[in-house]
Amino acid sequence: MNGWPALDRFLRTDPRDVGCAQAMEMLHVYAELVAAGEPAEERYPGIAAHLHACGPCGEDFAGMLAALRDAPG
Amino acid sequence: MTGPLLAGRPQPPMQDELLLRIARRELARRGPRLAITGPELDDLAYQAAADALLAITGKVRQFRGESRFTTWAYKCVMLEVSAKIGRHFWRHPSVPLGTEQWGAAAGPVRLRPSARGGVAGPGRRRAPGRGHRAHPRQREVFAAIVVNGVPLDALVVSLGSSRGAIYKVMFDARRKLRAALAANGYLPDDAARDS
Repeated sequence: MNGWPALDRFLRTDPRDVGCAQAMEMLHVYAELVAAGEPAEERYPGIAAHLHACGPCGEDFAGMLAALRDAPG
Repeated sequence: MTGPLLAGRPQPPMQDELLLRIARRELARRGPRLAITGPELDDLAYQAAADALLAITGKVRQFRGESRFTTWAYKCVMLEVSAKIGRHFWRHPSVPLGTEQWGAAAGPVRLRPSARGGVAGPGRRRAPGRGHRAHPRQREVFAAIVVNGVPLDALVVSLGSSRGAIYKVMFDARRKLRAALAANGYLPDDAARDS
């Protein structure tokens, strides 16, 4: 933790955050939108808020994007 | 976990091969941060791919066609990879669980506002209400993750819980701790600013 601003960022919670279950439920749809360059954050702001805040779900999302970008066709 | 992929390591069918490839690639992507290498990493990939296949088979009726099927299948692989990494963490348990180090996490609370230039004057300081106090479960989870550095998915295994449940506990703990710090003038009070 790097000082008060970092602590403040860490402790802040986003009321739009949908939580892990809902984010995981739609992760494949969200990841495809992002991979296609669509405005996924605007369409699913609650999922975007969650993926920014939740390390494990964010990691799964990053893995999904890497898989989609490497996948043929 | 004893899926067909693990039993003597046969040549996997094509769909298994895709899952295994994705699992291997994902573990390689996360590898540098995991301190897992070589055969152990490959074992995890086989386990994750085999369990992902079981999950896909069991949940295939839940697929609603909102994405490509392979994308949905990749999600199953990612979730299994995360679960396997969470379990693997406890094979080398160097991290104690408990709230004995909670004081370290609460360290910043003991600072005076003036020590960092003062966000708020003394007049704004007030005693935190009961709603700002963390429950024992919140303290336990917060201390494990923030103080002891236990990965959330590993804590899920240790506590026999779910990622969503642990995240919710952390979410509430973060909100309460921030409210308490704001009430005492250590952090900006958003409620006061917005009113």
